[in-house]
Amino acid sequence: MTWVLLTIMVVATALSDILQSYEMKRAGAQSVGARGLGRLLRMIVERRYLLLSIVCLAFSFFSFMALVQTAPLSFAVPASAASYILETILAKVLLKERIGARRAAGALLVLGGVVLLGR
Amino acid sequence: MVPTFHRTLRTYFWLLLFLALRAVGNLALAWGTRRLPQTLAGDPLVYIRALLDPFVALGVVLLIVALLARLALLSVADLSFILPMTAVGYVLAAVLGRFVLHETVSPWRWLAVILIFAGAALVSSTPQSTTGKPEGCR
Repeated sequence: MTWVLLTIMVVATALSDILQSYEMKRAGAQSVGARGLGRLLRMIVERRYLLLSIVCLAFSFFSFMALVQTAPLSFAVPASAASYILETILAKVLLKERIGARRAAGALLVLGGVVLLGR
Repeated sequence: MVPTFHRTLRTYFWLLLFLALRAVGNLALAWGTRRLPQTLAGDPLVYIRALLDPFVALGVVLLIVALLARLALLSVADLSFILPMTAVGYVLAAVLGRFVLHETVSPWRWLAVILIFAGAALVSSTPQSTTGKPEGCR
C-alpha cells in the first residue's frame, strides 16, 4: 500500500507541476499585484489545465496524508522527492525543456536515494 | 551596505520560518493521522472526519501558512536560491521522524536521505528558463 500511495502522490505532483508550467508559459508573464491577484484567480478558473493541476495537487496532498498515516515520516517526506525524477522526464518529453547534465545528475541522485529508501 | 544586510536577514527569516512551518506541519499531520481509528486510503469520508482531529487540522493550517511564507520568501529572494535551500526539508523530516516520532532510521535510510537532499538541491539549482522565450517570461 505504501508504494501505491507514494506512486499516486508522485504522479499527481509531477502532473500538477507540468500542467501548471505548461499553462502559465502559454499565458505569458503575469504580474502578481493587488489587481493581478484577481486576474490570476480568474485565469485559474478559465484555464482548464490550471484547474486540472489544482485537482492533481489535491490528490497529491490527500495521498500524502494517507502515506504519513502508515509510513514513517522519515520515509514519506524524502520519498516524495521522487517527483523530481518524473518531472525531469516529463519536462523533457512534454515541455521540450533542455535537461542539462546537472539536472540529470540530480535526478539520478534522487533516484538512487529513493531506491535506497526501499531497503 | 545596510539595505543588502537587511535583505539577507529578511530572506533567512522567511526561509527559516518556511522550513519550520512545513516541518512542524508535516509532523502534526503524521501525529494526527496516526491517532485516527480508521485508515485514510481509499475512503473520502474518513478524510472529512480526519480534518476534525485537532492535530490534523493544525497540520493543514501550518502547511497553508508555510505556503504563504514561501510566497513572502519568493518576494525577497530568487527561486534558484529558494529551491535548493528548501531541499533541507527532506533532512529535517528524517530528523523529526527519528527524534520526535521515535522512528527507526537505519544507516541506509540516512544515506538515502542525504542522496535525495543532494539530488534535489542539484536539480533545482539549474537555470530557470531553457525553452528560449526571449522577453517577458524569465
